Amino acid sequence: MAHGPAKGLGRWLFTTNHKDIGTMYLWFSFAMFILGGFFAMVIRAELFQPGMQIVEPEFFNQMTTMHGLVMVFGAIMPAFVGLANWMIPLMIGAPDMALPRMNNWSFWILPFAFLMLASTFFMEGGAPNFGWTFYAPLSTTYAPDTVTFFIFGVHIMGVSSIMGSINIIATVLNMRAPGMTLMKMPLFVWTWLITAFLLVAVMPVLAGAVTMMLMDIHFGTSFFDAAGGGDPVLFQHIFWFFGHPEVYIIILPGFGVVSAVIPAFSRKPLFGYSSMVYATAAIAFLSFIVWAHHMFTVGMPLAGELYFMYATMLIAVPTGVKVFNWITTMWRGSMTFETPMLFSIAFVILFTMGGFTGLMMSIAPSDIQYHDTYFIVAHFHYTMVAGAIFSLAAGVYYWLPKWTGRMYNEAMGKAQFWIAFIGFNLTFFPQHFVGLAGMPRRIPDYATQFADFNMLSSIGAFTFGLSQLLFLYNIISTIVAGKKVEVDKPWDGAEGLEWSVASPAPYHTFSTPPEVK
Amino acid sequence: MANSNIQKTVIKLSVLSIVMFAFAIYVLPPIYDVFCEVTGLNGKGQTEAVTDKESPRVIDESRTIRVTFIATNNENMPWDFKPNDAVMYVHPGEVVDTSFYAKNTTDRPMVSRAIPSFVPSTSAAHFNKVQCFCFDNQPLEAGEEANMFLQFWVDPDLPKSIKDITASYTIFDITDASQDEQVSQR
Amino acid sequence: MLRRAKPLFHRLLSSALVLALCSQSAVAEEAKRWGVNLTQGVTPVSQEIYGLHMLIFWICVVIGVAVFGVMIYSIIAHRKTSDREPAQFHEHLGLEIAWTLVPFLILIGMAFPATKALIKIYDTEEQVDLDIVVTGYQWKWKYEYLGKDVSFFSNLHPEHNEARQLDSGIDVKTIPNYLLETDTHLVLPIKKKVRFLITANDVLHAWFVPALGVKKDAIPGFVNESWAYIEEPGIYRGQCAELCGKDHGFMPIVVKAVEQAEFDQWIGAQQEQARKIAELASQTFTFDELYAEGEAVYNRVCAACHGPTGEGVPGAFPAIKGSPVATGPIMDHLSLVANGVSGTAMQAFGEQLTPVEMAAVITFQRNSWGNNMGDSIQPVDVVQAAQ
Repeated sequence: MAHGPAKGLGRWLFTTNHKDIGTMYLWFSFAMFILGGFFAMVIRAELFQPGMQIVEPEFFNQMTTMHGLVMVFGAIMPAFVGLANWMIPLMIGAPDMALPRMNNWSFWILPFAFLMLASTFFMEGGAPNFGWTFYAPLSTTYAPDTVTFFIFGVHIMGVSSIMGSINIIATVLNMRAPGMTLMKMPLFVWTWLITAFLLVAVMPVLAGAVTMMLMDIHFGTSFFDAAGGGDPVLFQHIFWFFGHPEVYIIILPGFGVVSAVIPAFSRKPLFGYSSMVYATAAIAFLSFIVWAHHMFTVGMPLAGELYFMYATMLIAVPTGVKVFNWITTMWRGSMTFETPMLFSIAFVILFTMGGFTGLMMSIAPSDIQYHDTYFIVAHFHYTMVAGAIFSLAAGVYYWLPKWTGRMYNEAMGKAQFWIAFIGFNLTFFPQHFVGLAGMPRRIPDYATQFADFNMLSSIGAFTFGLSQLLFLYNIISTIVAGKKVEVDKPWDGAEGLEWSVASPAPYHTFSTPPEVK
Repeated sequence: MANSNIQKTVIKLSVLSIVMFAFAIYVLPPIYDVFCEVTGLNGKGQTEAVTDKESPRVIDESRTIRVTFIATNNENMPWDFKPNDAVMYVHPGEVVDTSFYAKNTTDRPMVSRAIPSFVPSTSAAHFNKVQCFCFDNQPLEAGEEANMFLQFWVDPDLPKSIKDITASYTIFDITDASQDEQVSQR
Repeated sequence: MLRRAKPLFHRLLSSALVLALCSQSAVAEEAKRWGVNLTQGVTPVSQEIYGLHMLIFWICVVIGVAVFGVMIYSIIAHRKTSDREPAQFHEHLGLEIAWTLVPFLILIGMAFPATKALIKIYDTEEQVDLDIVVTGYQWKWKYEYLGKDVSFFSNLHPEHNEARQLDSGIDVKTIPNYLLETDTHLVLPIKKKVRFLITANDVLHAWFVPALGVKKDAIPGFVNESWAYIEEPGIYRGQCAELCGKDHGFMPIVVKAVEQAEFDQWIGAQQEQARKIAELASQTFTFDELYAEGEAVYNRVCAACHGPTGEGVPGAFPAIKGSPVATGPIMDHLSLVANGVSGTAMQAFGEQLTPVEMAAVITFQRNSWGNNMGDSIQPVDVVQAAQ
């Protein structure tokens, strides 16, 4: 029964194999990452110095909007789904995902969503220009006509995400190898299980929000229009009811990756496994009840502000537990610092710094000054780039030998890490300063006192962009000409079922379930 | 065996996602409206005449509340619109009449809708409107002017810390929307 | 690009030298020059926020030093060596409880001053001395002194507006307070409780002046409040802080805080000026006077969308050059500018322009860039048409 992949293009179009689909997700997300990165380069080039030199403000707004949308929905989320597709069946000893045909669908509708979104660049009115948070009424009454394409694009990627999540939950709950109890699952599987539940719960809310926008624009309802008895602030409540869980959707699988990499290179089991699981669940729960901390300046009554401030501060507790666990995992281990480990350590440090600024922002009175300034931009890039992107890089380097049967170039990997690390900090650390000094976000031009830090930021951004091209080159050269890995387990400290199959992983694995003791 | 379990999981999750979608569209907005009306979360206050509360016979003369009225024209609303009494001093419980002046300065008939908003937002729930022009659409012919009526009383249970209430009315041009409505009603 | 970055490198180098060699006060001075921290501001609220910000910041620094210290020690001390096996411990209930409880207690400690500050910000007890209605427009602010019959718009200063155009050829570093200067200033008295009633005319905006510790969203149809008790005279600058479309980055706020006596004088002068404007409206102007004034008004008000040469932006903002409106009946032209076009970005300028400005800009538009109508309109006609 074991037969290899079909030949030609048909293999990719009709495949139901979790490894093929995982590969396609990963390549798709990398393409989106490059596209979103290109938008970021346009932004940073315009902000290189004060005055308008390259683009019109209108186009600048399209760039910031599309950068956010493409990075969040096109790069980070599909990349983690790709990792999930590849690794979850391997980690729990399942032959494939529970719903292979739906798996194919949930991938293949995704490119159309982004085609639809990107096509707006070539239409009259241009691409979405109302920010990735698309607050009404700028995104409804005052939006370009192309907003309808944006809405359908969001719908399609929402459907894709929901189908992908249902698949993951169904796989994890029903397809585990005998003996693989829930509390024996690798943490990556746990974080993805919780993430998938979050996705199923909140992606429909996002779909609801854009549907209400659609009805306001085309069918005369007034959900968000004060004239007809609606309230623009309601949009923000609904958006962030989706949006706050969404930011944990982006980061939780990253926690899972790092929780696999750090023990492997410390040659020591993960410290506090069960507390890690509980902390993840606690973060997921808290994410549902803190949404309005994104809205401390909309004019909530005192009681509302106090509640959301206290609830938000609480998130620091489970997040702290995770950081302490990782550090204690390293403690008295026997550490080596290959590229995945470097990215993971950088993840812990930089994500914790993002956590500190997050704690500062949870203090509602201070947030009055921070809100919508570059301080916020710095904060969420520390959590999303150093959090999600760095953990993705760690995961890719860590599992690349398993996927391809070839070892990447370690020297190039380390070089890429250091260029990315320096570039990242040069880009985003100064943004804390300009933010505190009062520079609002999403502006195409700025007062001259912000000039020096912005120039540093732009130089850092170009450096970071360059490092990603090196990453791409390293991956391709590994696939084409990397040194063959002779053993099943190229990392001596690595644990887990995925290392018990051959390298490269055969097209079909675990057709007979392994026995887990 | 595993297959039927997978089916069950998929059905449950699909139902969950549909429920969440319906929750976002059909439940959240009305809950938000009710929540706002009761707590004054967005400072909008009631959108219909008070019927469930009797006007209190006792007027609390020990307190005087300064009520400031402001009028705002939204977007391309060219009407003249202003309060006839910019500031009023009222006792809680006292039923007060006032009005806003409006004039359609254009050469075509227009329909407006006024949206109230209160500062501080917690006062919204204590500002009881008996009659208000903001309950209905307000049509004016070309060049027509009108005094639009408002009757209200401030609840004596207004928190002691509030001495100032600002009542803002923003008028929106809903000429097109109200025509669509009439057409669809026919 | 590298050549442009040269002054930056010079400053980096000199700052590094200062950091390395000089005293603490010099370092503080250098940090101020670069602008690395929150402003302390000039109101009790902004100062309280600053104190809270620094408190939380230092707590984070202390925790950070401890956590990263342990981590870096571990990275150095627990590297792989041949003579040592890795430990295999993987749980410790006491530790887990400790690092859940201790952060929780620290958070409770932070919550007290934060709550205190928030209650102060939400104070409604103290009597308000002056109410300002702040209305956000795409892309300018309108200020109304409640009960004083003074109201005006505040745009980005025309000189700055010219410099910020794409490839304007103007070195923006030669313009003082680039992008933070307006044509009219919001003048406020010091040592008074000034309340801002903030709303918007079209989309969301946010009124943000860091030195006053005020940032509040402006929402169409709803009014938000915030207040400031300014303690020192001076000029305080801010910007719109909520994405509001194309020119979101170009609607600054300038607050000028003065002594009460100077404020009263200023209000008097404003009221006097309003009377003069009403008087001027009854005078007759020559074509050339109107045209010259109209050009200034056009560049200040219209050029942002319709372009400096009246060509507009295809698909977004219609051209005035050769348009049927500017070359059609003059009263229709006036009506469109005064009442706006509903459902588009064309605002009703009837309230925003004085009759003289309105007459001037209409005259200018009909006789520029090849529009050659040869006619003009007087302020008195504008006043009559509005009645």
